[in-house]
Amino acid sequence: MSAPSPIRRGAPRFGDSARLLQQARIAGPMPWVIAIMIALTVMAAAGGLALSNIADNARDEIAGGITVQIVEAAPLERNRQAERAVSYFSNREDVASVRRVTDEELAELLAPWLGDVDQAEEDGVPIPALVDVRLSGPVTAARLRQMRGELSAEAPAARIDAQASWLGPVFDAVRSLQFLALGLIVLLALTSAAAVWLAARSALGSNRDTIEVIHHLGGTDRQIANIFSRSIGSDAALGGAAGLLLGLAAIFVLGQQFAGLGSGLVAGGGLGLLDWVAIGAIPVIGIILAVITARFTVIAALRRML
Amino acid sequence: MSGPESSIVQFANVGLRYGTDREVLSDISFTLYPGCFYFLTGASGAGKTSLLKLLYLAQRPSRGMISMFGEDVITLPRAALPNVRRRVGVVFQDFRLVPHLTTFDNVALPLRIAGMSDERLKKPVTDVLEWVGLGHRSDARPATLSGGEQQRAAIARAVITRPAMLVADEPTGNVDPEMAVKLLRLFEALNRLGTTVVVATHDVHLLRKVPDSLIMRLKKGTLSDPTGALRYPPRREQTGV
Repeated sequence: MSAPSPIRRGAPRFGDSARLLQQARIAGPMPWVIAIMIALTVMAAAGGLALSNIADNARDEIAGGITVQIVEAAPLERNRQAERAVSYFSNREDVASVRRVTDEELAELLAPWLGDVDQAEEDGVPIPALVDVRLSGPVTAARLRQMRGELSAEAPAARIDAQASWLGPVFDAVRSLQFLALGLIVLLALTSAAAVWLAARSALGSNRDTIEVIHHLGGTDRQIANIFSRSIGSDAALGGAAGLLLGLAAIFVLGQQFAGLGSGLVAGGGLGLLDWVAIGAIPVIGIILAVITARFTVIAALRRML
Repeated sequence: MSGPESSIVQFANVGLRYGTDREVLSDISFTLYPGCFYFLTGASGAGKTSLLKLLYLAQRPSRGMISMFGEDVITLPRAALPNVRRRVGVVFQDFRLVPHLTTFDNVALPLRIAGMSDERLKKPVTDVLEWVGLGHRSDARPATLSGGEQQRAAIARAVITRPAMLVADEPTGNVDPEMAVKLLRLFEALNRLGTTVVVATHDVHLLRKVPDSLIMRLKKGTLSDPTGALRYPPRREQTGV
């Protein structure tokens, strides 16, 4: 027997560990479980980000916005008060823009409810005049109070409302949906970690004899944990890629359908570059989470062995 | 032998119990020296396997002191145990070859654990397989090997790193007498290269086959010393058991 070469003591890793544990590849359903979790997380994240964009766009659009309605049945008087209102706001320094909504725009706006607006007016339905005003800075209750007081002398039929107050309940609902999406993401992450934990423990159990032999031959916990980490890492990468594709396909289909609605509010929910980067990071985070979970599970189990 | 400080293993008043049962090993004290060949004998159930488990650090004692290669393994941090284990080659009673690996990969396992590259380990593994007469079975899986071949593969795996100490639990228990003698010759050859060998066996006939061996006898968990193996300096006698 010729003497083998001296070996390095305490070497941290196996030269070739891929074949060492037969079932260390936590094969079977694991990549698919991860794929489903990642796909659901991608969809939840995309939904949350789209809602956030909708809310931001709507908030930007109506920030500083007030609407003045002249609710007056007599057309001439209504027109006179509307002109005075436009004049009043045009002369204020804290007003960024003033625009009277044209009769054509008003007719188009009310058509879904009233049909032919001219006919409706002839039938006695009062059609208000609208003035769209954008203030510099936020709309506060004090400013509204002051403007109402000053305008009442010029246009007694004028009603001033902050646009944000109309959409307050919508923003609340959007915020709730965002929290729901965040909660879903957290739950999916926890479920994924639990699935990896179970799979790692199962793989540990089925390879217990081999692991004991490796321990007796001087293998370290770190070496054994590395095998499992690499194995679950490749499973998670496979599942993550599949899950991302599934999620993106779902986003694409849903995006097409929402775009078809032609709604101004929904149109603001398009995803930006940073949103796509965040969505692309989900499988990467999933892989890291799976690897860390597997590593902690394996090391915790190995520490119970001598 | 220059003194106890030159020993590689020291047990002092070691006791071992599993759970709350009575001690399976009681007041075990002995010293192993480099380059010696030890037999650990005793009837089935005498505690041989338990004592070997303490030697290859598969078990901690319930009491007493164990020192190996100058390290107090009782107080040694768990993370430091692998380095001590790598200096001990183990031949398990049931071989414990990894079933899905080939003979070559089973024998290469300790080298891979030690971080040797595939390229570098090829020659030593091939050499040791030739040495144990398994050169032609390097691609075979353990299930296709005979009992004697599995035993030799287990021995090859145990000696591939040239350990300071080789521990073998009933290594001839599953082979015919002719193969048993062949295996003993392998252990003797390794012993001549300087490795301390500890062979547990209940086969008293085997003891005569290695004339310079020292014998430790276990009976109901306590150790006796028919050849002075436990005394310092060890008295090397012909084994006449």
